[in-house]
Amino acid sequence: MIKNRYLILRRFVQIALMTLYFGANAWGWNILIGNLSSSKILGLIPMSDPYAVLQMFAAGALIASDLLVGALIATVFYAIFAGRAFCSWVCPVNMVTDLANYLRRKLGFNQIQKRQPATRNMRYWVIALSLILSLSFGVTAFEFISPISMLHRGIIFGLGFGWAAIVIIFLFDLFVLKNGWCGHICPLGGFYSLISRYSLIRVQHVEEKCTLCMKCKEVCPENEVLFMVGKSSGQILMGECTNCARCIEVCDDDAMHFSIRNLIDKKDKEN
Amino acid sequence: MNNINPEQQKVKKEPISDRRKFILSMARGAGLAALGGLMWSAYIDEVTATQLILRPPGAVKEDEFLKTCIKCGMCVEACPFDTLKLAKPGDNKPLGTPFFEPRDIPCYMCPDIPCVPVCPTDALDIKKVSTDNKLDINKAQMGVAVVDTKNCIAYWGIQCDACYRACPLLDVAIKLEYSKNERTGKHAFLKPIVDTDFCTGCGLCEHACVTKKAAIFVLPREVALGEVGDHYIKGWDKSDEKRLKNAQGETTVTERSSRKAVDSLNDMGGLLDD
Repeated sequence: MIKNRYLILRRFVQIALMTLYFGANAWGWNILIGNLSSSKILGLIPMSDPYAVLQMFAAGALIASDLLVGALIATVFYAIFAGRAFCSWVCPVNMVTDLANYLRRKLGFNQIQKRQPATRNMRYWVIALSLILSLSFGVTAFEFISPISMLHRGIIFGLGFGWAAIVIIFLFDLFVLKNGWCGHICPLGGFYSLISRYSLIRVQHVEEKCTLCMKCKEVCPENEVLFMVGKSSGQILMGECTNCARCIEVCDDDAMHFSIRNLIDKKDKEN
Repeated sequence: MNNINPEQQKVKKEPISDRRKFILSMARGAGLAALGGLMWSAYIDEVTATQLILRPPGAVKEDEFLKTCIKCGMCVEACPFDTLKLAKPGDNKPLGTPFFEPRDIPCYMCPDIPCVPVCPTDALDIKKVSTDNKLDINKAQMGVAVVDTKNCIAYWGIQCDACYRACPLLDVAIKLEYSKNERTGKHAFLKPIVDTDFCTGCGLCEHACVTKKAAIFVLPREVALGEVGDHYIKGWDKSDEKRLKNAQGETTVTERSSRKAVDSLNDMGGLLDD
């Protein structure tokens, strides 16, 4: 099997989606119009960013039915099926932060700065803050500063000075905080972490095959979710896991693979 | 270096209690949230403050628009003339929201208004551009054209009717007012006058204006138009009298008005020398 098959596939999906959006604006393609905030697939199926809709709700906007349906489709897709896959398979910022992370590993920044001075729970505070600000200002607070939207809108409609925001994220992740944006601050990622706690697609760890090389933990952008590696077999059930599958492909011992959530097992635990 | 007495060192290293740790970390969290929240709100306040922005046809009121628009750009994609743009960083407009600049590309007033029905959030409201459930672009209120009469060459007496000819509501939204040119004694002024009741703010006039910087230009209605209020009505217009129904009385109290008018008149204080 190809070593980086999932990485290649993810980049393909990310770039293909952006190309389809770009084509819709530039050449009038009708496969995927709009952008990641709200789009229409084949001119028929609406899909909207549920976190943006939540902010609109907090701001006191009337939510149109089309938008509600779109947000519901996205929520159901990620919450029940794909997990937090938006972050690693769709979001274009992922390519930027992955590059920063790659350079961090290659250049050895991780060795000079082992302890991370910030908590990964910060993103949940940012969500709370965004809703409070949306409420008090009557605008969608995060949508006005979101570097994610700046980037995908930039790719589709023209970037302007948006590149500066992207460079800021890149430098921040490279020099200040490991997984700083995607793993600590981004409220959209936090939102998807919260809703994808019970999704079906999960990475499975097989402890018997593990040789404790810890390559998976080194490469994982949310390595707290891999707490069981080398200790016990089981599924990675934390919502923070982005299903990026890097752990699967860096493992030389086949101790990781994709699986469907074991619903019966979970029931046993509850009993 | 090592001559610190061991007792002092011990005091220094004593771990803080769990309660203190909890309180400190809560305080740190609250402080960081306040820091981030203040910076964030300052930024939002700044970017949403701009009034000089022209929205697509059918846009709801600006404060509603800012909370309703999801910034997907579908109106921009639907526009066949590339009139609409999404504000990007550097445009100094609320980020990601659609706008147009008529001097560049005006709104060509498509009868089927492709930009409005595609809006998923109803920030562009079909009802605002329809009459009897049929799309009617002439109902659009994107802005209103204003003439700078000092720099309009028609007001100088030079023959120009570029804006008048460009107006899609010719002789309705822009009319020409004829008057005698006293300077030459034998020519006429043909002065363009905008009727703000009918002007849609499409900006075709601004686009057509021949002066270096357009002498007729579109401003948002809230910026360009005044408001009479309840104190004055057109007594000769029955329909205008209806406005009085919601009129609110208001009495201003100042230092002077605290006394009766007669008392004020009879007051000789300060008028006569002692």
